[in-house]
Amino acid sequence: MVRSSLDQVALELSSIKKSFGGVHALQDVTFTINKGEVVGLLGDNGAGKSTLVKCISGVYAPDSGEIKVNGKAVVIRSPEDARAAGIETVFQDLAMIPEFNIVQNLFLNREIKHKNPILRWLGWLDTKAMTKRARKALNRLNTRIPSYNEQIHNLSGGQRQAIAIARAVNWGADIVIMDEPTAALGVEQSAQVNDLIKVISSQGVAVLLISHNMQHVVETCDRAVVLYQGSSVADVAVAEVTKEDLVGLITGAKKIAA
Amino acid sequence: MNAQMLSLNQLKQIALHREAFIYYIFFFVLFFFAIVLHDTAFLTFSNFMNIVKQTAPLTIMAVGLTFALAVGHIDLSIGSVVALSALVGALLLQHTGIPLAVLGALLVGVTVGLINGLLIERLQVSSLLITLGTMGIITGIARQLTNLESVPIINQDFTFLFGSGKVLGMPILLLWTLVIGGCAYIILKKLAAGRHLLAVGGNPVAARAMGIKVTRIRLYALIASSTAAALAGLLYAGRLHGARYTLGEADLLTVIAAVAIGGTSLFGGRACIVGAILGTWLMGIINNGLILSGFSTNEQMIARGVILVIAVAIGVKEIRNG
Ligand SMILES: Nc1ncnc2c1ncn2[C@@H]1O[C@H](COP(=O)(O)OP(=O)(O)O)[C@@H](O)[C@H]1O
Ligand SMILES: [Mg+2]
Repeated sequence: MVRSSLDQVALELSSIKKSFGGVHALQDVTFTINKGEVVGLLGDNGAGKSTLVKCISGVYAPDSGEIKVNGKAVVIRSPEDARAAGIETVFQDLAMIPEFNIVQNLFLNREIKHKNPILRWLGWLDTKAMTKRARKALNRLNTRIPSYNEQIHNLSGGQRQAIAIARAVNWGADIVIMDEPTAALGVEQSAQVNDLIKVISSQGVAVLLISHNMQHVVETCDRAVVLYQGSSVADVAVAEVTKEDLVGLITGAKKIAA
Repeated sequence: MNAQMLSLNQLKQIALHREAFIYYIFFFVLFFFAIVLHDTAFLTFSNFMNIVKQTAPLTIMAVGLTFALAVGHIDLSIGSVVALSALVGALLLQHTGIPLAVLGALLVGVTVGLINGLLIERLQVSSLLITLGTMGIITGIARQLTNLESVPIINQDFTFLFGSGKVLGMPILLLWTLVIGGCAYIILKKLAAGRHLLAVGGNPVAARAMGIKVTRIRLYALIASSTAAALAGLLYAGRLHGARYTLGEADLLTVIAAVAIGGTSLFGGRACIVGAILGTWLMGIINNGLILSGFSTNEQMIARGVILVIAVAIGVKEIRNG
């Protein structure tokens, strides 16, 4: 499947390096993602995918290299920095509070405060406004939710994933990173998440998708970037390669000039 | 929500909700003693007012402890803070006025909370061990401070404010309970601060990922816990017209049991202020009922222990069930 992506670079990574003591987790990672494009990040266990995600989302600071967002170089030292730059991450564990309901999770640490200035100063929550915005955000993604008062731990994996994605997009992110969004999901729910990814990319959001699932990558991604032992070794249009090609690149059996 | 939309299922959910548990046990115990003690003064307004006044320091401690538990900490030092704060307040009252004395006493709480919090975060040791340690230290300091002597308080304004006073016919101790409880309820239910406290207790990794300052919030929670204990010390001193190193000594178990039975999780992430207050009143009613039935102090202690074990058992079972 080929979707025309806007020809504007949303995220540009150049020569990102990161070591832990003697372990060179990332040696040289360079690639770009355009607006509205879905790029799959592939690689064997230990190739450095999670480390790269953490460098972009502000959990780790890279040792060297440059990150540009919409053409501007940014320094990302904390999750707040990443967020301020327009990068949102849907973490593998989804970063949800199990006891909180949907609205509470959607607005965690970005609560809408009361209009009254004194109450606002106290941090008084405007639950009504948040419920309304939550409904809008989930409708925008065609996600049906039984009740907004439902606690997160009562939802299915797919629903939780949808909430996590909605949370990322709701904050006006230009770039959304997803670490294995369908790893724990069944076939039907995986398909729902795939649809969701298509919806948000059609709205101009750049998506970086980490996945082990070749089928998933082939179905949703425009391009695939392969990490091998901490370096980006291939950057291919998914439509132009086979699943076997991708597997060969991941295992290092096959080489392409990156 | 529309009342008609409440299905039977939802009603069942509400009725079986963990936070509703305290109401059942509260009214069951009340009912039980009301029958058993029908020929005594148990079921009188003045007896209940007495219970409320006697348990006022405990309710304040329970409200404070709820904050520590909300973020996933326990604070064992609160009993010792009660004694030290009461002594410091009483000693300061001999030289200065009420504002400075109260400030000094509360500062004891703030300091202890800060030390507890910093030690826990720096050493990455469980709050259980750290506050067990500081409890010992503070108990020692409280004993040393006056060589086990009591310190009387003769300042009538102080004993009015923190003990025997009445405002519009309402005992001031009940007022303290309602004001502090009300503030805590608003913080936890209505304000962003409470949301963040519970988020930290519910899933610290997620809270951090969403940009919440986890370390700072845990620190605030421990400061709230020990400052509330310091206020409880003043309430004891006000009601008893003096301070003594034994104040608060026996309260730790009662307070933990009260908070746990009130629906607050001992493992973080769920807090219930109304439950904590009802829980302490429940403990007060049980004590009162046992006394009126002629049970000894030792037997009351056993009853408290049993209640704590029941509360914890319910909590653990819940966690197992997910
Ligand atoms: N915090 C860390 N400390 C030390 N080594 C790490 C750390 N995180 C990752 N690594 C190492 O970096 C390499 C890449 O890991 P990771 O990014 O998790 O790979 P992937 O997600 O692709 O499986 C591995 O060799 C891993 O052991
Ligand atoms: Mg990984």
